[in-house]
Amino acid sequence: MATLSRADVEHVAHLARLGLTDAELGRLEGELNHILDQYAVLARLDTDAIPPTAQTIELENILRDDVVGPSLPVEAVLANAAATDGPFIAVPPILGGDEGTAQGAEPG
Amino acid sequence: MTAGTEPHALVRLAGHEQAALLRTGVVSSRDLTGAHLDVAQRQNRALNAWLKIDPEGALAQAANADTVIAGARAAGATALEALHPLHGLPVALKDLVSVKGGQATSGSRILEGYLAPYDAHITERLRTAGAVILGKTNMDEFAMGSSTEHSAFGPTANPWALDRVPGGSSGGSSAAVAAFHAPFAIGTDTGGSIRQPAALCGIVGLKPTYGRVSRYGIVAFASSLDQIGPFARNARDAAALLHAVAGRDDRDSNSAPVPVPDGLLRLPADDEAAAALRGKRLGLPREYFVAGMEPGVEARVREAVAALEAAGAIVEDVSLPHTEYGLATYYIVAPAEASANLARYDGIRYGPRLGDGDVMTTYLETRGRGFGAEVKRRIMLGTYALSAGYYDAYYLKAQKVRTLIKGDFDALFGQGFDALVAPTSPTVAFRLGEKMADPVSMYLSDACTLPANMAGLPGVSIPCGLSEGLPVGLQLIGAPWSELELFRLARGYEAITASAPWRAMEPTELMLADDPATPTPVERAAALAGTH
Repeated sequence: MATLSRADVEHVAHLARLGLTDAELGRLEGELNHILDQYAVLARLDTDAIPPTAQTIELENILRDDVVGPSLPVEAVLANAAATDGPFIAVPPILGGDEGTAQGAEPG
Repeated sequence: MTAGTEPHALVRLAGHEQAALLRTGVVSSRDLTGAHLDVAQRQNRALNAWLKIDPEGALAQAANADTVIAGARAAGATALEALHPLHGLPVALKDLVSVKGGQATSGSRILEGYLAPYDAHITERLRTAGAVILGKTNMDEFAMGSSTEHSAFGPTANPWALDRVPGGSSGGSSAAVAAFHAPFAIGTDTGGSIRQPAALCGIVGLKPTYGRVSRYGIVAFASSLDQIGPFARNARDAAALLHAVAGRDDRDSNSAPVPVPDGLLRLPADDEAAAALRGKRLGLPREYFVAGMEPGVEARVREAVAALEAAGAIVEDVSLPHTEYGLATYYIVAPAEASANLARYDGIRYGPRLGDGDVMTTYLETRGRGFGAEVKRRIMLGTYALSAGYYDAYYLKAQKVRTLIKGDFDALFGQGFDALVAPTSPTVAFRLGEKMADPVSMYLSDACTLPANMAGLPGVSIPCGLSEGLPVGLQLIGAPWSELELFRLARGYEAITASAPWRAMEPTELMLADDPATPTPVERAAALAGTH
């Protein structure tokens, strides 16, 4: 099975949105490769004809009527957010680092 | 108070014995709640079993319970009998259960300051039963661990030996019940997180069939594996707690529309329970006596099996041939699901928000600093196993092996076995710090428990004696929805070992835990690290 390089570890950390220190990246490179070694036993099993199991109790098609029910009040939902603006959660710019484009310049 | 009802004796009574005293009016729920709060508060410095003890809330709930009992007593015997067995009794909740307006840290800094805006399904059910919620117990961060050392708020100590772990991830709940802080506690079990700490603390803990208990309002770890279950010091109490929380709930679409048997509230008395063991067909899976199992653990388990056989059970050697692949399969499936579930902790809607600048910086900083080392390790493993080019090799492969593991169990239960008998943990409680440097050695703690999660089956751990002065757990694994059968077998084993000397023993370091000069688990761990 595959071996993870330092660059791979950095790539996976980025995919997972984990900001890791150099020390953490170095330690994880060793630990993850050690754990991946343990996965190698699975290669001994021929599973080509075996279907995957994602769910063990065989429940199917649990249906309910599509009716509007009560939701949490807006204040209760906002109470845990780090920053709010009126009835909204305030978030940092989501598009790049350039604040002008992130806010979406008003077209003239 | 009359003899036997002073606080020291009161907290040592079984839950059903406390319930009987409540009904006859010998004690009030306030008496019971106060007695348990006192010992919890006194010992929490040494044990760190609780992340939050809520005396005001608990005493208010107890006062309500007393009002209801008084009303029922006035209305007559029928009204009194209609009260749930948990009515007025203290319960501890693992700190991943939502209680409206209260904390639910899941053992993590990333949920520090979060207050649940609603009650979990099981919280609603416990309130309906009239139970008194004492507070929230310590746990491995996001339930990832087998020792409670991965809590962001310091480890919990085992009341049998304060230098040792209580198991995990529900180690706060198991330590609290073992140390008489509560007769009942709730835990969750994704790979053994109820059964293994129950074994290491010498109490009863059951992981129900997948789908038995609604997880609405519980912090998710691995959604195809997570189940909620009870801790207690005896089978009867654990069964009553399961009865209180089990059943279909529309808000967890994986909770099953399967009836919850009322027999859970009427487990047989000693004679009947022991007699019922006769003719039971039990399988002893040879693969569970793994390399690395401590001889003392194996000896206690084999003695327990011999006792069941002497009581008339038919024990047969059986094989679960894919057991050796369980660990690798679990440590792909669980981290993969966790990496998806934990994507929600991003500093936007709840929890601390760290980092200045764009949203990517916020994500990286909040998650990089908010999660602990084990959680980061699992998120990394899971993200890798699901990433482009590796999905088939890891996640899909693991799901296929999961089919084989489940097939092993299906084949045995198809042959008519009533249950499988196995060790719960290959070792007794280990020392604080002993397995922290090597994640794989920690993962091996779950080798005997995680197959039941992979197959969705119920499993219970019950005490079966001591090895080197520390508790050993016997695990019974059953067919889907067979919790009542497992509890009856457990009751039978309790009956045939009722006079065993170890049954009369209580955790050996409770006196030390009472002492305000005793070091905290954090201080102990630091001292032990210095001697390595």
